[in-house]
Amino acid sequence: MSNANPVIGSVLVVGGGIAGMQSALDLANSGYYVYLLEKSPSIGGVMSQLDKTFPTNDCAM
Amino acid sequence: MNIELKTLCEIRDIRGEAGNFQVEIVQNPRYIDESKCIACGACAEKCPKKVKDPYNMGLSQRKSVYVEYAQAVPLKYAIDANTCIYLQKKKCGACKKICPTGAVDFDQKPETVMLNVGSVILSPGFAPFNPEKFDNYQYAKYPNVVTSLEFERILSASGPTMGHVSRISDHQSPKKIAWFQCVGSRDMNKCDHSYCSSVCCMYAIKEAVIAKEHEGDSLDCAIFFMDMRTHGKEFERFYDSARNKHGIRFIRSRVHTITQIPETDDLEVRYITEAGDLKTEVFNMIVLSIGMETSPEVVSLAKRLGIALTPGNFCETSSFEPVSTSRAGVYVSGSFQGPKDIPQAVIDSSAAASACGEILSAARNTLTKVPEIVPETDIAGERPRIGVFVCRCGINIAGVVDVPSVAEYAKTLPFVEFTSDNLYSCSQDNQDSITQLIKEKNLNRIVVAACTPKTHEPLFQETLISAGLNKYLFEMANIRNHDSWVHKSTPELATQKAKDLVRSAVAKVALTQPLKEAELQVNQTALVIGGGISGMAAAGSLARQGYHTHIVEKSAQLGGQALNLFQTAKGERIQEKLSELIASVAQNSRIQVHLNTTLGQVNGFVGNFKTTLSTTGSEQVVEHGIAVIATGASPHVPTEYDYGKDRRIITSLELDKKLMEKDESLKSLAAAVFIQCVGSREPERLYCSRVCCTHSIDNALELKEKNPDMNVYILYRDIRTYGEREYLYKKAREKGVIFIRYSLDNKPQVVRNNGKLVVKVTDHILGRPMELETELITLATAIIPNRDEKLASFFKVPLNADGFFVERHAKLGPSEFATDGVFLCGTAHYPKPIDESIVQGKAAASRAVTLLARENIHTSGTIAEVVPTVCSSCGVCVSICPYSAPSFIEATARFNPGKAQINPVLCKGCGLCVASCRSGAIRLKGFDNDQIFAQIFALNEAV
Repeated sequence: MSNANPVIGSVLVVGGGIAGMQSALDLANSGYYVYLLEKSPSIGGVMSQLDKTFPTNDCAM
Repeated sequence: MNIELKTLCEIRDIRGEAGNFQVEIVQNPRYIDESKCIACGACAEKCPKKVKDPYNMGLSQRKSVYVEYAQAVPLKYAIDANTCIYLQKKKCGACKKICPTGAVDFDQKPETVMLNVGSVILSPGFAPFNPEKFDNYQYAKYPNVVTSLEFERILSASGPTMGHVSRISDHQSPKKIAWFQCVGSRDMNKCDHSYCSSVCCMYAIKEAVIAKEHEGDSLDCAIFFMDMRTHGKEFERFYDSARNKHGIRFIRSRVHTITQIPETDDLEVRYITEAGDLKTEVFNMIVLSIGMETSPEVVSLAKRLGIALTPGNFCETSSFEPVSTSRAGVYVSGSFQGPKDIPQAVIDSSAAASACGEILSAARNTLTKVPEIVPETDIAGERPRIGVFVCRCGINIAGVVDVPSVAEYAKTLPFVEFTSDNLYSCSQDNQDSITQLIKEKNLNRIVVAACTPKTHEPLFQETLISAGLNKYLFEMANIRNHDSWVHKSTPELATQKAKDLVRSAVAKVALTQPLKEAELQVNQTALVIGGGISGMAAAGSLARQGYHTHIVEKSAQLGGQALNLFQTAKGERIQEKLSELIASVAQNSRIQVHLNTTLGQVNGFVGNFKTTLSTTGSEQVVEHGIAVIATGASPHVPTEYDYGKDRRIITSLELDKKLMEKDESLKSLAAAVFIQCVGSREPERLYCSRVCCTHSIDNALELKEKNPDMNVYILYRDIRTYGEREYLYKKAREKGVIFIRYSLDNKPQVVRNNGKLVVKVTDHILGRPMELETELITLATAIIPNRDEKLASFFKVPLNADGFFVERHAKLGPSEFATDGVFLCGTAHYPKPIDESIVQGKAAASRAVTLLARENIHTSGTIAEVVPTVCSSCGVCVSICPYSAPSFIEATARFNPGKAQINPVLCKGCGLCVASCRSGAIRLKGFDNDQIFAQIFALNEAV
């Protein structure tokens, strides 16, 4: 990128499920400012509704 | 700190170009001021309007003002405008009257917000298929027919039945449950989705196993399926144990209809068995394994943003750029990219982050915020001056425990200088006030009696830091989860217990000393081991994000197994793309390729590795901060089906070679037979090689294309064309490829007689032996792990029973190891196709960049330390540590030779070594014996 066309050091992540959260965490920890957009009142997505996950039987929460 | 949550928001439009987008978003009203809401729950308690709770899939009720679930982030209430009495009829307003902080604001309106960002990642997720229109199964009509997502809530301890498996109609425990697979998947007639949703087979098995765990072995679980698709890592083994250990019945049949039996509400199922008999069976409950679909809102969003979609309405991507959408600078991850499970979504998401980093690295750290550093007060030599803050947690604690009396009691304890009680200790104003009090009262140790350190310790530690106190001079007493929540009916005793817990915490904190966190620099160079497609993807991504990267390849050229492959499931010619990829790696000035090279020795640890590379006789030491293991896997060489005895019997890769060489003889074949699962899903190799079904079907279609009159047979056990690969399976059937299923105990036989090549197999529909005369047999051979024990010991990383590397966490850490600074991608992790290998290569790069970007690593303060004079050099700590932190000091060392030492950078403070040390030579800082004993003895009075 040339200096005339500077890039912006922030990223918009659309969707706050497991995928969006992982992207947001990686980006924030790599030096970018992240907006994590979620249509519902809280993040977590469908994974938060699952009981346990295979194979560790960890609580999905 | 650098993630800004924008909840209740929707994206309207994206303008601009990659690197500089203007995004228009709509912020919908919460009707609760987030900055004021303290989540006390008073509003929901008063709200008179009950509605179905979507979080529990409508199986329970919640109020119109609500939090989605107890652990919601942000933990702020919201008002559901569609059901709120005030917002609908301008009456009520009970929540507004009761709210102690005045957070309710009915006047909020949707607002348009503009954001300026460098790139966008779309991860809008999926919508669960709604089976109401699937009328054979009468989901809408019969109460005991539930969806799999409803069943997840039923299994959940926090769900509507508190984890007790019960029927909707009468709340009785079912004795027999059936799962129906492929509801909303692999079906054009009823749901218009011909793709496979990829996850349902596995979750159905999981639900059945957990249901049996909850309800005992007498619960009968049956899964009705078409093909069992357990193609993920460790899935086949789970399927095997579900069948053989848990006694779950697997019935290969698509159920046609179910009828409800009047009075009992039981469900009668009619189906045709594999033998062709019509059977009737009664179940108490039926779970529909619903698939994934892209919601209509997401489809219209994609259209609005100019993002191309696949026939199944997933985001269109190529196999070589699997997280790039059709619009530059806009990336995709998760189930919008294609139906997939959690680990695959987590891999994608890290890959999408890498893709953003690749175009934005020039602007790294330009917009992020850095915490302000307050100089730490030296408390050496000071006597303890303890401050105790007792939290009411709204009514959560104060509703049961007499909080003021606990605070009053704390004043009488030794070294306590100050106590107070707060409505919410965690609110921002209380944080500020604690900071102020620490300074004013000269406090040097803090106890907060409130909720759990698991969620709140970091917050209070931040408060200590901002007051200039070492963050380890802190202790929490959990008087909520361990007290008020569990002793609701005995408030007096609960108050007494709160006092006991506070006394115990005070006794411990008085002995606490400030702990230091060492800092060390992270070498900014990366080492990628393996020059196959995933290794190159990782290296390319690291280099484009600004990091100098070495690739080590043992052979004489880059490319790995991809050099042997013809085309992808999407029909892309692999060799063309592979040459481009190799060229881009070779031309990148930040990448140094070491061919014909192996690893001689690895020293050091995260941030500071020193690796010796051996290249045909010469040696070179490379210093690097991180390592990516991308060593791939190998094709199985079959010993069965007369392989090697007849040139007409070949492997999949050998057929690919013929296809790449445009072998003319393929056109004239009258018949070709593919045999699946050669070496996979066998007792000694209990995993699915994931790629072979798609590979064979793809090549079968290629043969049909060359010669439509050719008889092409695929002999299989289960067809596992997951996701949109299913289209190929459908196309193959349409083109006349004949699929014949065989079982493990009745495998096909290859007979060579007088130059004739015949495959004998029992047809699963006719139940009769068949003889297929052919001129070509292609064996779909397994992908075999390299079982590289030397590499595993170099980097102190584990291998599983099959010989694949074991990742940090099967779901949440698929592209990294538990050992810090070492990452994983490609078929060294598990068999996978090209798109997934590239995605994981990028994901490993992303995970590595999160470490490299820190430049310095701070060790934790609470880590283990060996007292060398007591150490007996037994080695238990070395073998037990999951993070490879302990090691022996070299025998030739001047001090403490042969004794154990713990690398503070690798230690996570789990305490396993401390508890296991037979000499008592290891201490865990911050959890010293005297501290723990003081804590226990302080409770002495209580018993």
